[in-house]
Amino acid sequence: MANFAKKAAVLSTLCMGLGQWYNRQFVKGALFLTAEIVFVYLLITSFIDNLIGLITLGDKGATLEKVGRKFVNVPGDNSIDMLLDGLASVLVILVIIFIYVMNVRDAYRTGKAREAGEKPLSFTQSWKKMNTYSFPYMMLTIPFIGVLIFTIFPILFTVLIAFTNYSAPNYIPPKGLVDWVGFETFIDLFALKQWSYTFFTLLTWTAIWAVSATVTTYFGGILVALLIQQKGIKLKRFWRTLFILPYAIPQFISLLIFRNLLNDEFGAINGMLRQIGLEGVKWLNDPIMAKFSIIFVNMWVGIPVSMLLVIGLLGNIPKDLYEAADVDGATNGQKFRSITMPYILFATAPVLIINFVGNINNFNVIYLLTNGDPKSGDLQYAGTTDLLVTWLYKLTLDNQQYSFASAIAVLMFIFIAIMAIIMFRNTPSFKEEDMVQ
Amino acid sequence: MKKNISLRIILSYLLLVLIAIAVIYPSFWVIMTSFREGTSLYSESIIPKNMTLDHYREIFANDDVSPVLTWYGNTLKVATLSMLFGTIIQLFTAYTISRFRFKGRRVVMSSILLLSMFPGFLSLVAIYAMFQRFDLLGTHAALIIVYSAGAALGMFVAKGYFDTMPRGLEEAARIDGASHMTVFLKIFLPLSKPMLIYIALTTFTGAFVDFVLAKAILRNDREVWTLAVGLYDMVFSSKDAKYTLFAAGAVLAAIPVTLLFLALQRFLVEGITAGSSKG
Repeated sequence: MANFAKKAAVLSTLCMGLGQWYNRQFVKGALFLTAEIVFVYLLITSFIDNLIGLITLGDKGATLEKVGRKFVNVPGDNSIDMLLDGLASVLVILVIIFIYVMNVRDAYRTGKAREAGEKPLSFTQSWKKMNTYSFPYMMLTIPFIGVLIFTIFPILFTVLIAFTNYSAPNYIPPKGLVDWVGFETFIDLFALKQWSYTFFTLLTWTAIWAVSATVTTYFGGILVALLIQQKGIKLKRFWRTLFILPYAIPQFISLLIFRNLLNDEFGAINGMLRQIGLEGVKWLNDPIMAKFSIIFVNMWVGIPVSMLLVIGLLGNIPKDLYEAADVDGATNGQKFRSITMPYILFATAPVLIINFVGNINNFNVIYLLTNGDPKSGDLQYAGTTDLLVTWLYKLTLDNQQYSFASAIAVLMFIFIAIMAIIMFRNTPSFKEEDMVQ
Repeated sequence: MKKNISLRIILSYLLLVLIAIAVIYPSFWVIMTSFREGTSLYSESIIPKNMTLDHYREIFANDDVSPVLTWYGNTLKVATLSMLFGTIIQLFTAYTISRFRFKGRRVVMSSILLLSMFPGFLSLVAIYAMFQRFDLLGTHAALIIVYSAGAALGMFVAKGYFDTMPRGLEEAARIDGASHMTVFLKIFLPLSKPMLIYIALTTFTGAFVDFVLAKAILRNDREVWTLAVGLYDMVFSSKDAKYTLFAAGAVLAAIPVTLLFLALQRFLVEGITAGSSKG
């Protein structure tokens, strides 16, 4: 018996498509061969340059050159474009390697089938087979490409930027060149006094904020839900619909409205306080008060969602638990403590973690309500109510401190990933999800 | 005992009324302010003495400084197109991951869960550089692409919905010789109408209300701004903040989204509770 499988695999390793050709699958072989030609062409014309660019990040800066009588600005290498192209090339090369492996495996398998005496599939047959067995992969191709380009690629790029000196005023292309600096940005973030002071101040506030925002909206939601659902309250639907209102109104609008309401000179809240003879409060202009205001406004915005969630869960608690408790003569308080609360806590544990992470990244509430203000001279490009994420945003958009912004983003990625892993580990619904089988 | 309970109920009603006032007050204030004369924030009473429709007229006049009507159009355009692409992408992803057992499925699911926890604006530097490279900064196309591409990551609620459908559905059809695509289009799509509405609503409002990326990508060209960016500018621009015009704009912007939410709240409640049990 001829050794089709090995020969086909070796041929396909030498050049994509040869093994298929050897297996007499000519159309498939031609397709793979075309792909190989395109890849080699790309490799020679651009990938090699791009990879070198990724390592050097350019060495020719912008210069003034004398052309005739005038000096003309000649643009040099654009380090950031080189970084983009280089990283894109690496990803494309990975995809090519994957296709290459698939090609060798396909040749080997067809060869094996021939050894077993089967006829190799014709192109239409292979196409049909692929349609059946590879359907899930085909369905996921477009979503995958989207996520690859606009989520994964940007994350990798951000990680790379964190190891460069890409920042104003000197290292901004096309005027200046950007270089690899290793861990320097991270070291600066912790060692340079202004940066490290800002980082740790904002980190502390971010932590306090995330905990209090999560806890207040969570328990606020439970309380409101229980308030509506308790026996003896009429018009439950009406109250529920009314209290969903803050969730239904676009968040950015409510937050901007609150900013106006809490304005300490002309805002309506202080107006009312003054009318009844009280002093106005510096809701948003005092570093401490502003933090409380933010948490309060966030409760207004966030409680409706957890209320809805809890109302949904209350209906799911098995009634016989309560009946059993009644038989044992339990009081309302006991029933609440031993049945309702444990049930809700257990069911909402993953939501709690998601909300916590969401609050660490809660950009809108801070940026639209206080914009990070009131300002402080001690903080580098930040105000006293800025979170790490709003700081990152300002560093990027207003101050062109891209390397620092990226370093902060990397630290946050790591933290969020750890939180996510904790969640995977402890969510039974995620582990035991295989219900449809 | 009886008296005790009624006291509890009275207190509860009192609390409910207080919460109701807190819930309604901001909306009431913004509506009243939109009818008030002048441009200032200060007012002696919440209900203006002289009501006026001037600010709404100003919005429909659509001047160059604050072209609210243009922003409205931009926002609707971006949100509608993002909804269209985003819904298709999210539906495909959720359906595939829910109804098929393929190699790497677990990895795909864990990756989606992990990636969905990273907010897009953390890698803003990269998105910025990419769009600059392709000269798409300041365009609606850039926004639509970003919103649609991210839609796959929000698939867990829809996946949970598909999980609850019985297995026999596709098997019967497959035996009859229907292709996977036919099974999806002819059997599952008609059954997933509530889920479709939920996805469409969340992707539409997601794009409608997004501020972070819209501000970063659309930058300083007022003509291409969306409502979120424009209204933010009206409140924060220090030289001539037009509070009453902002109020009118905010009312007009909030109405469609709020009504949509309230009309479809049944689906949202289902979505939220389903999402919680599915992680």
